[in-house]
This record gives sequence, C-alpha cells and structure tokens, in this order.
Amino acid sequence: MTESRSVAKVLTYRHTLVVRISHWLNVLSICLLLMSGLQIFNAHPSLYWGQKATFAEPWLHMGAVTRGETTMGVTTLGPLSFNTTGLFGYSGKVGAREPRGFPSWATIPSYRALVDGRHWHFFFAWLFVLNGAFYVIGNLLNGHIRRDLLPTADQLTRKHLWHEIIEHARLRFPKGEEARRYNVIQKFTYLAVIFGVLPLMILTGLTMSPAVNAGQPWLVEVFGGRQSARSLHFICANLIVLFVLVHVALVIVVGFFNSMRSMITGRYVLEIEDGDAA
Amino acid sequence: MTDAIHRRGWIKGVAASLTGLWLAACNRINDNPDVQKTLLKAEGLNRRVHRALIDRKALAKEFTAADISKDFKANGSISPGDKPYRDHLMAGFKDYRLVIDGLVDHPMELSLADIHALPSRSQITRHDCVEGWSSIGKWTGARLGPLLDRAGLKREARYLVFHCFDTLGAATDGSNQYYESIDLIDAYHPQTILAYQMNDAVLPVGHGAPLRLRVERQLGYKQAKYIARIEAVSDFKSLHGGKGGFWEDRGYEWYAGI
Repeated sequence: MTESRSVAKVLTYRHTLVVRISHWLNVLSICLLLMSGLQIFNAHPSLYWGQKATFAEPWLHMGAVTRGETTMGVTTLGPLSFNTTGLFGYSGKVGAREPRGFPSWATIPSYRALVDGRHWHFFFAWLFVLNGAFYVIGNLLNGHIRRDLLPTADQLTRKHLWHEIIEHARLRFPKGEEARRYNVIQKFTYLAVIFGVLPLMILTGLTMSPAVNAGQPWLVEVFGGRQSARSLHFICANLIVLFVLVHVALVIVVGFFNSMRSMITGRYVLEIEDGDAA
Repeated sequence: MTDAIHRRGWIKGVAASLTGLWLAACNRINDNPDVQKTLLKAEGLNRRVHRALIDRKALAKEFTAADISKDFKANGSISPGDKPYRDHLMAGFKDYRLVIDGLVDHPMELSLADIHALPSRSQITRHDCVEGWSSIGKWTGARLGPLLDRAGLKREARYLVFHCFDTLGAATDGSNQYYESIDLIDAYHPQTILAYQMNDAVLPVGHGAPLRLRVERQLGYKQAKYIARIEAVSDFKSLHGGKGGFWEDRGYEWYAGI
C-alpha cells in the first residue's frame, strides 16, 4: 500500500506562454461576448429555423405572460412550456420585475441597450478571433496541438477509452506519470471546442451579417438560412457555457491551486509515487 | 430553526448586495466615455474590412414567391400621426410630391404617377432587423440609379439623405424626425429601389406608404419608410444629430451591413 512508498512532488512545465496568454484573453473575450450576446438576444428573445422568422412558432421563446393580477416569466421550448419567473422572460427585483429574456446580471449593460450590446460584441469578437488565430498558429508551429492534443495510439484502444470513461464517471483522474499528458476525453473535448464549436461560433456570427450574405451567399445556406444561423450561434454559446462549467468544476476537483498556478506560471506539480516512474 | 432562517436571510442579503455591486460595476464600465470610444474603434474596422473583402456590387439573394413571409413584421413607425403625412394619406397621396434636391443640377418634384413611370425593378429579398428577426417580402419600385442620373448629381455630392414624414418617440421639437443616408455606391446598386409596392399590392402604411427605400445588404433601420424628400449632400454632419440617421444618432452603426 501507499504507506510503504514515498510520494515525490515533481514540478513540471505544463503550459507554454502562448497557451497561457491566449487562455486568459479568451476568458475575458468569451465573458464579454456572452454577456453582450445575451443583451442582443434580449432584443428579440425568440429563435427560429430557416431563413425567416415564423413569429407565431419560435422553437425557443422567453417572454412575460400576464394572467389576471400576476405576471410570470415563461420559456417555451417547442411544445414545452416552463415557468421561469425571476430568471427567463420576467426578472428583476421583486416588485420591480420587467419583461426581458435573460436577467440583468447576465447582460452588459444590465439595462436594456441593444446598441451597447452590439458595440461590446463586435469589439470583443475581434479580440476573440485574433486571439484564436494566435493560439492555433502558435500551437501548430510549436507542435503543441500535434504532440499534446491529438490522442496517441495507446489512448485510442477500446480498452483504454472504456477505462477512461469509467474513471471519469467516478471522478477519478490520472495521477502521477499519467497526469503528465491530457487524458483522452480531455483531448477530444478540447479538440471539439477548438476546432468545432468555436469556429462554428465565428461562422454563424458572420452569416448574420446581410452584407456577408451578399458577398458569400453559400455560407448562410450551409447553416440552413439566417434564422438557423442565429439559432446555431445561440446553441453553440450554450455549449461553450456548458464546457466552461465542466472545465471549472474539473479544475476544482483535480486541484484548484495547482491548476491555476500552471495556467499562470506554467508550472504544475505532479505527485509521483516511488517506483511509479520508470 | 431560527438560526437557519437567520442564515438564509444573511445569505440572501449578501447575494443581493453582490448582485447589486456587479450590476453597478458593469454599468459603470459600460457608461464610461473612454470605454465607449474604444469599443467604437471596432465599428470603423468592421466597415473597412467589409469594404475590402466584400464586392460592393454583389447582389443580395433573391427568393421565390413561395418564400414570402405571411407575417412580415412592421417595425418602428407603423402609422405616423404627423399632420402632413395624415393629410396625404387621407387624400390618397394625390398631391404627394417626392422632392429631390440638394447637390443636383435639376431639382425635381415627382408625383406617384411620375415615379411609377420610371424604370422599375421587382425583387424578393430578406429583410433583417437589427433586433434579430428576418422576414421575406417582394418589393417593386423605381430604381434609384437612373433617377439620380436624371436629377444630375453635382461633383461634390457624396451621400443621399432620405427625409421622412414620420417622427419616432415622444419628443415634439423635431429631434425625432426619421431620416437615413446612404453613399452613392449603394445608391447606384441595382437592387436599390424606391418601393411603392409590397407583395404585388400597394405599399401598406405599416411598411412605409407611399415610398420606402430598399437598400438590400443592410439592416432594416436603413430601409427608410414614408420618404418625403431625397437630398444630395457632401456630408451629413450638420443634419439632426450629425450621424446620418435616426438610429445612427442614437448610437447604431451608419454602415448597417452587420
């Protein structure tokens, strides 16, 4: 058992400067893109499929419904309807509630101002895109993507994949030598976000521009129309929020201090049991 | 029991204070003029990048009759109460004259019959509102390009300003008169028309009767309704708020291609 072994703490260099800079710029730009995006969404808190709006039949809608003396926030998702008073559709301090899609604490500015939301969104979209280009180009050149993000052959065996899924479900994560590299689920998730969700976010964003649609008409067709592009943009934003929630939760589970130090200074401590290292 | 209630009250109090602080901080950053000025730098960049990468003669996609929205939303002014407009509406626009003046060699006043006699175009296009929704409609109207050739733009003319009949909002000092402006490249674009028909019927009041601008490839607020006068200018700094349009004066982008 472990008491017969000694545990050595080994300080390793985990995150390059390119990764650390782009990570924190991404935190800033994604936070502001999300808050300003929700402000923009609130100008018309309904989503549709296709080219045009079908006002009577949105697939998602947040609104306020008054019945008699009481007003409720109601969110409809297809045929389903939920009372979301205080969160979606109708929110604010009790007694001073107002009809709005997302609540004031989630938007920038807190009050309704589509114009400001657009200014924040289009500014931080540039930071986000330039930062993304810096990350991808930098890490293609230094080999980080090939070396650290692409799964290795031994990680892709059915046995290993199954083992990782079980271990994740038990919230048990690789330790020691195995923690030197990203685990395979982590790799797939990062690859899906970096080369799937984030580029889709940019492209669906571009196709909401009527000028881009005139110049590159094929692109909006790929997404099935402008309202579909708006819906996909919203869904991708939700996927990013989901990713961030899981990401932050896992950072806390595997060691908040160690993870934060590695994303700030680059240094990560591995606990290697004696005899574990070969 | 009381401890739990106390604790709950205390947690709620802290949460409410933190939320209040958060909102105040966000709004203070948002309302800071230097922050606003920095954010607006992206507006010019967006316009220049679009100008550089997108062919300005590109046509907006045209749809088929089957695509036309049955629920095309009328937004902004939908029934102007302004007296000159009401008078024209009551008279069926028979004394209506579209004024074309400013930096032109031949200022003009055109009746609706004159405008119907001009070279026309029909197009089924998608209207994209800045709020996020889209509707598809068929527009028929006089092409602006040939009309401008008849008026003869002076060399100094760089923009066209569309003065509208409607006021939007509560102000009574004229500061809320609707207007819009476009540059000459957009003015001569083949899909830029002064529409007098929508979906093969006379343009309804809600959508800008008797004449509305269609400048496809830009957002809805650019599609000025209830046009009274078209003025050719060298710049629009001295007009209204100086930003070239009703919504532009309220912070929205003059280049509404995004």
